[in-house]
Amino acid sequence: MSDELLALTAAEQAKRIESGDVSAAEAFEYWRGRAAGDELGSYLWVAEETPEDAGTLPPVAVKDLFCVEGVPSMAGSRILEGYRPPYTATSVRNLQDAGARVLGKTNQDEFAMGSSNENSGFGPVENPWDRTRVPGGSSGGSAAAVAAGTAPWAIGTDTGGSIRQPASLCGIVGMKPTYGAVSRYGMIAFASSLDQCGPLTRDVTDAAILLRHLQGRDPCDSTSLGIPGEIPLPSAERLDGLRFGIWGMEEAGLEPGVADAVNATLAKVEELGGGVEQIELPNAKHGIAAYYVIAPAEASANLARYDGVRYGPRSGNGDLTSLYEQTRHDGFGEEVKRRIMIGTYALSSGYYEAYYGTAQKVRTRIAQDFAAAFEGVDFVVSPTSATVAFKLGERTADPLAMYLSDYYTVPMPLAGIPAISIPGGLSEGLPVGIQLAGPAFSENKIFEASYALEQAIGWKETPWRR
Amino acid sequence: MIDRDQVLHVAKLARLRLDDDEVDRMAGELSKILEHVETMNELDLDGVEPTSHVVDLTNVLREDVPRDGLDRETALEQAPDAASGGFRVPSPGAS
Repeated sequence: MSDELLALTAAEQAKRIESGDVSAAEAFEYWRGRAAGDELGSYLWVAEETPEDAGTLPPVAVKDLFCVEGVPSMAGSRILEGYRPPYTATSVRNLQDAGARVLGKTNQDEFAMGSSNENSGFGPVENPWDRTRVPGGSSGGSAAAVAAGTAPWAIGTDTGGSIRQPASLCGIVGMKPTYGAVSRYGMIAFASSLDQCGPLTRDVTDAAILLRHLQGRDPCDSTSLGIPGEIPLPSAERLDGLRFGIWGMEEAGLEPGVADAVNATLAKVEELGGGVEQIELPNAKHGIAAYYVIAPAEASANLARYDGVRYGPRSGNGDLTSLYEQTRHDGFGEEVKRRIMIGTYALSSGYYEAYYGTAQKVRTRIAQDFAAAFEGVDFVVSPTSATVAFKLGERTADPLAMYLSDYYTVPMPLAGIPAISIPGGLSEGLPVGIQLAGPAFSENKIFEASYALEQAIGWKETPWRR
Repeated sequence: MIDRDQVLHVAKLARLRLDDDEVDRMAGELSKILEHVETMNELDLDGVEPTSHVVDLTNVLREDVPRDGLDRETALEQAPDAASGGFRVPSPGAS
């Protein structure tokens, strides 16, 4: 198979497969070769062979933390090294049922804790635009694979920005759906009240198609609701009558080149007939503080199960307690330990109300901010990340600086609402992401507006074509 | 703000052994992170309801239909030490 597939979006490839120009097996084999040739560290596992039934859609790259039966699923952690689950996550199963086969498992920050992919237990991922820079995280492998053309499309998870921020830093589309849109069953848990699965794709149309197949109510996840109605292919050309509320352009850390790209996009909004106005989210600046209590607190409980008894490697001699403690000492990386410690501290006797209780109230306030904003506007727009992709190693010495990378993306999962990042332009030769958030279950509206903007922006940049 | 003893206490609660240098580093890092977290206290949150979950659902029920779970062999397949049809661990009291 020649490189003609590389130039096509997943939707275009699906059409070729449907028309019989290319067989699904040929497409799988082509992408398997691309994935196996990856030099960025994007993959932790690549399918060894083309499945007998290659389906009807191009294959999909899946973040390591999705359980896939018989396939290594380690959530980027040494504590799950070699783990091959006996079952498949509902989201992945839904894609398989729709005709997409699993191409490979993508690298990620350990247990999805990170914003640079440098916290993976299996090594970092390089950004395909500049291999001295990070791809973002935690779904860094999925984003790098799609951007580098080693996967036609991918899925990841977003807890505080882990789909949108790497999509932004790699110049692709990434969407975090409404909490409850996609089943979390079989997704190795980080923070259960925030985690949500979503697509990382070349364009908005591919994202809509993937979400169409991913979403749905699942009896195995009682918090799953699915998305009401159909997800049609987006086709809007105009934004007439739609109001865009811009937020966060006064932040001190916002790079001028990022601000320029956002402003250029806002000019496009107006050219297409949309209205732009300033809005306030008065409590959003406390999002990071609330998030870094809630997410570690939930994580400290979710990660209690890794104790060297039922799966993963075991270390330690002596009694049961020292087996637990030594297994966790050896298996968890630095950032995971840090978050277990923060979470355990925040939930410990005497501190619960001061930290967890307060953070939950801030969460309410942030949700109220969005609700108030959506009375006046259809979308909240902001940069996805204050900066373009940063250098490998640049923020690893300062955990708090790394946490602040999520400034623009953390408020949405706290409120449970959907948000997309689409490529808005380049700054210093690196991609800039534009974020659009809407009310719960407004995915179709977000896709339509993003599609119209995508056409107007005319983003054709890829690191591999240059 | 967080000292060595507190780090060791929390690590014990979390069943996490930390190396000596990790204890010191963790004390500094956790203090700095919690200092940022405490900026939440600038807000007047009197009367604000806490949000534990964004989906407004209560008592999600389904039909009580039995279905197969994992069989024993499959469940034990990934264990680091399976024996006699169970997960083998040292005695909780052994030293």
